[in-house]
Amino acid sequence: MDKPALMDYDKAIELFEPVLGFEVHVELNTKTKMFSDAPNFFGGEPNTNVTPVDLGLPGSLPVVNEQAVKYAISLGLALGCSIAPSSRFARKNYFYPDLAKNYQISQFDEPIAFSGSVEVELADGRLFTVPIERAHMEEDAGKLTHVGGATGRIQGAEYSLVDYNRAGIPLVEIVTEIIYGAEGDAPELAKAYVSTIRDIVVALGISDAKMERGNLRCDANISLRPRTAPGEPPAKLGTRTETKNVNSLRSVERAIRYEIQRQAAILANGGTIIQETRHWHEDTGQTSAGRPKSDADDYRYFPEPDLLPVAPSLELIEQLRAALPEAPALRRRRLKADWGFTDLEFQDVVNSGLLNEIVDTTAAGASAQAARKWWTGEIARVANQRGVDASSLVSPIHVSELIALVESGTLTDRLARQVLEGVIEGEGTPDEVVAGRGLAVVSDDGALIAAIDEALASQPDVLAKIRDGKVQAAGAVIGAVMKAMKGQADAARVRELVLERANA
Amino acid sequence: MSTETPSSVSTSANSRPAHAAGDSSAGEITTAQVEHLAGLARIRLTPDEVTKLTRELVAIVDNVAKVTEVATPDVPATSHPIPLQNVFREDVVGVTLTQEQALSGAPEHDGSRFRVSAILGEEQ
Repeated sequence: MDKPALMDYDKAIELFEPVLGFEVHVELNTKTKMFSDAPNFFGGEPNTNVTPVDLGLPGSLPVVNEQAVKYAISLGLALGCSIAPSSRFARKNYFYPDLAKNYQISQFDEPIAFSGSVEVELADGRLFTVPIERAHMEEDAGKLTHVGGATGRIQGAEYSLVDYNRAGIPLVEIVTEIIYGAEGDAPELAKAYVSTIRDIVVALGISDAKMERGNLRCDANISLRPRTAPGEPPAKLGTRTETKNVNSLRSVERAIRYEIQRQAAILANGGTIIQETRHWHEDTGQTSAGRPKSDADDYRYFPEPDLLPVAPSLELIEQLRAALPEAPALRRRRLKADWGFTDLEFQDVVNSGLLNEIVDTTAAGASAQAARKWWTGEIARVANQRGVDASSLVSPIHVSELIALVESGTLTDRLARQVLEGVIEGEGTPDEVVAGRGLAVVSDDGALIAAIDEALASQPDVLAKIRDGKVQAAGAVIGAVMKAMKGQADAARVRELVLERANA
Repeated sequence: MSTETPSSVSTSANSRPAHAAGDSSAGEITTAQVEHLAGLARIRLTPDEVTKLTRELVAIVDNVAKVTEVATPDVPATSHPIPLQNVFREDVVGVTLTQEQALSGAPEHDGSRFRVSAILGEEQ
């Protein structure tokens, strides 16, 4: 890949104002597809979750999934949108085999939700309002695999293979208005926006929202315009590019930053930006030119004759509005205050994506600080080591039980980590692991005293020192007792008893 | 025909209806437009066919345009002749095709996926 010139980021922001726009596609987690009763499941054996509707076979008739409509309305409401009293579907015509019909059923001039806004919180706590133009319903397309050619990419492919399992999965596409004023924060705002959308759909429970699996996809539009002198009218908008294939929050941020630097270098050299889609490459951290935008984009939309308008009743809309969960940004603010975490502690929890685990762990009875310590500490460490999600290792209830065992003195922190390991290995609940591995702290003073007396007797010099008031000397005896107890004793209690016995 | 606004950052590239109700462009259909449409629809037309279709389309659009003479602004555009709405399906999984059935009509497949000729261009 050629290495295009990049301008220093700060210099680029000094010379140009970045103007943004996002299209985020959210795959809904309904049981069935948007217009057919095939299972909403992508993966597994190709072309098995398909019906005649998904294959666009002649004579097949799409029927709208009511649940998908409700999810779309809920999402629209959560985005502060108005819900259209009547909206309809449209055919977006294009020839590409990712859909067998030669068109995608989407919405065009009558989206189900429009005119909203989302509050996005930047890392330093500043709020930025992103205006939402619309959220509309459509169907996902099939998965193409390009075969032949050197890299499996489209260029040079000899043929392509199509799996229609994904075709027809319900999508909501969220389109922002033009976003001005992000300035140097543009990359961070992009990341924070997509993150906020993800939080919202997760809170609504309407999507699995895993970016790496394509449940949530972001197309990032960006253009630059030269800054004008104070008092002058702003320059007209620059030509935009649309970057696709950004599959993680980090990529969103990097891709925007890269495009700002690339476009700035071209413009500063007197060049022009070509209106095109660009593909983000995670490995190289660059974008490459894709399809030029041209009149090939003439999709000849027209109202879908096979489907009837969707006209949700006011009752339904209000019922869905009443059921909306607390907005993620508000919820975070509330939790931070409730838990009394420092900014750093809370940011750590948010960044680790373990907010819900901690909520559930505290709901099961643990203190927030203890829950935070375990989830962002030992559990996150093991998860990292194994390359899995921390939430998949252990349940909040078990973490809460583990914490209770530590707080009651049954386990030391060290023993608790062993118990956690047992729980992760599937040996049962914390109580069962304690019993199974025989890990409880020895709290029977009789057993401790016997071990202490033995240790003191075998180290008379130490005993003499302790009696002389050299309390530090007790360490040797404590160590011997802890060893005899295989570490399963509370060191503080052992120390107390050692001093007591020595001076008895 | 293009709805693109080249120097705009607008995130909805085609947010203007291409066939808005009440479009009074009747008579403005040109052979160039017909050729463009034929290209989009992947239909090869001879020059004679282009001329003939242009003439016919002008006549059709002119006739349809008469509707706008009687439709007042308070009459909403009609996309469906029957006043029905909200025909939904419950979100319950039904019967799917087997892979063999799904592929049975395909000119080419690899046993599990449809095989199509090399594609120039990219996903939409």
